[in-house]
Amino acid sequence: MRLAAFDEMLPEVSGLRRPYSAYDRWLKEQDPARLTEKMQDAERVFRKTGITFAVYGEQEASERLIPFDIVPRIISGNEWRRLTQGIEQRVQALNAFLDDIYHRQEILRAGRVPRELIARNEAFLPEMIGVRPPAGVYTHIIGVDIVRISEDEFYVLEDNARTPSGVSYMLENRETMMQLFPELFQKIKVRPVENYPQLLRQSLAAVRPQSTKGAPTIAVLTPGSFNSAYFEHAFLADQMGVQLVEGQDLRVVDGHVAMRTTEGYKQIDVLYRRVDDSYLDPLTFRPDSALGVPGIMDVYRAGNITIANAPGTGIADDKAIYSYMPEIIEFYTGRKAILGNIPTWRCSEPDSLKYVLEHIDELVIKEVHGSGGYGMLVGPAATKKECETFAKKLAAKPSNYIAQPTLALSTCPILTEKGLAPRHVDLRPYVLVSDRIQIVPGGLTRVALKEGSLVVNSSQGGGTKDTWVLDD
Amino acid sequence: MLLGRTANGLYWMNRYIERAENMARLVDAGLRMALTRTQSASEEWNSVLLSAGSDVTFSQKYSDYTAANVADFLLRDTSNPSSTMASIETARNNARMVRTALTRETWESINEAWMSLKRMLARPIDERDLPSVLDAIKRETALIRGSFYGTMLRNEIFDFSQLGTYVERADNTARILDVKYYVLLPSISWVGSTLDNYQWESILRSVSAHRSYRWVYDADYKPTNIADYLILNVRMPRSLMFCYRFLSEHLKFLGDDYGERHACHATAEKTQAMLRAGSIKDIFDTGLHEFLANFIRDNTKLGDEIAQDYRFN
Repeated sequence: MRLAAFDEMLPEVSGLRRPYSAYDRWLKEQDPARLTEKMQDAERVFRKTGITFAVYGEQEASERLIPFDIVPRIISGNEWRRLTQGIEQRVQALNAFLDDIYHRQEILRAGRVPRELIARNEAFLPEMIGVRPPAGVYTHIIGVDIVRISEDEFYVLEDNARTPSGVSYMLENRETMMQLFPELFQKIKVRPVENYPQLLRQSLAAVRPQSTKGAPTIAVLTPGSFNSAYFEHAFLADQMGVQLVEGQDLRVVDGHVAMRTTEGYKQIDVLYRRVDDSYLDPLTFRPDSALGVPGIMDVYRAGNITIANAPGTGIADDKAIYSYMPEIIEFYTGRKAILGNIPTWRCSEPDSLKYVLEHIDELVIKEVHGSGGYGMLVGPAATKKECETFAKKLAAKPSNYIAQPTLALSTCPILTEKGLAPRHVDLRPYVLVSDRIQIVPGGLTRVALKEGSLVVNSSQGGGTKDTWVLDD
Repeated sequence: MLLGRTANGLYWMNRYIERAENMARLVDAGLRMALTRTQSASEEWNSVLLSAGSDVTFSQKYSDYTAANVADFLLRDTSNPSSTMASIETARNNARMVRTALTRETWESINEAWMSLKRMLARPIDERDLPSVLDAIKRETALIRGSFYGTMLRNEIFDFSQLGTYVERADNTARILDVKYYVLLPSISWVGSTLDNYQWESILRSVSAHRSYRWVYDADYKPTNIADYLILNVRMPRSLMFCYRFLSEHLKFLGDDYGERHACHATAEKTQAMLRAGSIKDIFDTGLHEFLANFIRDNTKLGDEIAQDYRFN
């Protein structure tokens, strides 16, 4: 299947786009053989530094590289300004929604979001009702997935408000590009992303508990070195200059969360956790979890630790809630959403289910709670048999699924053995929320390396690119 | 201040890097001896396995003490937790866990050593390639050590790492001596046969000291000098005395930094004082084997105390 997609570098209709003009001039002067060499250099750098990720269910390749493409994805200053306005509005609404949903639930009273969507949702944590996190921030670190389908049309595909990953790739991709092509960065003014770890640290410090005396102690909580994103956890802790802790290092001491050090227990004020809600506290959630800290929720409710992101934020990026985001944004900000949603069929609704089942070969169908591209169906790319099997799963538990039209995601060229070739991309900018909202100019561009493929997830054979926001 | 788990990771990372290299050195010495063919090679390989502390697990798997079997078992068999490959793998897993405590250069040198040894030891080693494989192992660990010494800040991270290195090294040297202690006993030393000469050289070779020995002592090998060199010489980097000088020093740094002394401080200082005051004659008078057995026991105790005192486990 081939969709006529908008190419961000060289659209068929209008020719080379302006943001790429300087890069294109440089590219034309390059020897293709040298570029191929640079591509191999990049892979060596990544393997040497151990920037790998684990793929679940693949024993052979327990450590794999995410393929990196050396052609940057370039966004003009103007395009970026528009995007950031939309993202800021969205993130404000997400936090307001979370505060509301765990307190007065005005939006449910107003009938803008159906009550049963919340009450029966596993991502909604009753334990968080009435709990106000330090500084009133629920989701501190957000990765908003954005797709583009034409010169002017951007859509939000997903709001990752729990524990978005991938920011280390944004940073390492830039680092690698600067090592490979230093001359490019002298010719073209690209806005820096390197200060993300410092911003993250400042942002986390700003939301410390009120009771914190002096400079707060911050730590990153990882499930451990066998987790697929362990590299990123270690990378961020390292870059921020904070401790990387595991559940086994922590316990509750005198009403605070403390880590076991060579000098005894030391209090932690802010915990950037990369462990899912259900594993956070075996006394409150999954009793079999060894990844969390028994009693941390009591400390949290007493206001003695900041957990970023707050437990229960999943209710805001749930795929069933997603379809209500336009209403949610308008409800809390009083304005129409600047960044649109992709039209979404909620399979829990009988009319929608009927439509989806009838058009299964045209749609993208996702699990409401799934992530990483697991458990989804891309109708146009699936075989008849795959569609039939999926239809059965869907009919058995409709409320578990949503469906969206198959969009012609924009493309961006990648370097292949036969030269440049267009591939579909998306974009995940990273947003930090404290007493202000900060968005690092750039983000992670994910690219589907297979010709025609629309699935950009790294676990499904996607790669990444450096993302440039021009200082123009 | 470090996480107890981090201190533990640093300590074991360095013990295993040291061990990976010691295995290569032991095989190297064994290979030398076997090549001289002055005595049964299988006996020599057996004593190599004894020094490596792997004789029991080896005999469960093999019946023949051949160069190929022993090299395979000590260098590449990952079911032997002390083999070079298993050690590098464990060292790297620990390094991954404590990555934030390491400089980029140190981490990369460990990661690269792991990648290149994994490639090199993927298939059984052809006997003709054994010397170059042993060289490569020593080179990789030397690169790790170089990156480590060249880039790491001299703080508690460095101290815990060094504790691992020297506890492992002291244990290794003491074991090598203990396995061969009988060839060093004065009662037979007057014989000074060719066989003894090879045996003595083998001991020195297994701690990479066969050349430097001659810079310190006579050109002739004398068992009392060899024992003195490996036990009491404060400048010989693999001697027991040298290890304890640095163990005491790094423990002292930690004690000063944290403002607290523990049981491990007393244990290390006691052993150091005993080595400093001792003469090789005294050691032979009380019995070399007894001396070494006591030393190995105390050294193990020191390792346990460090883990306990600094909340490793």
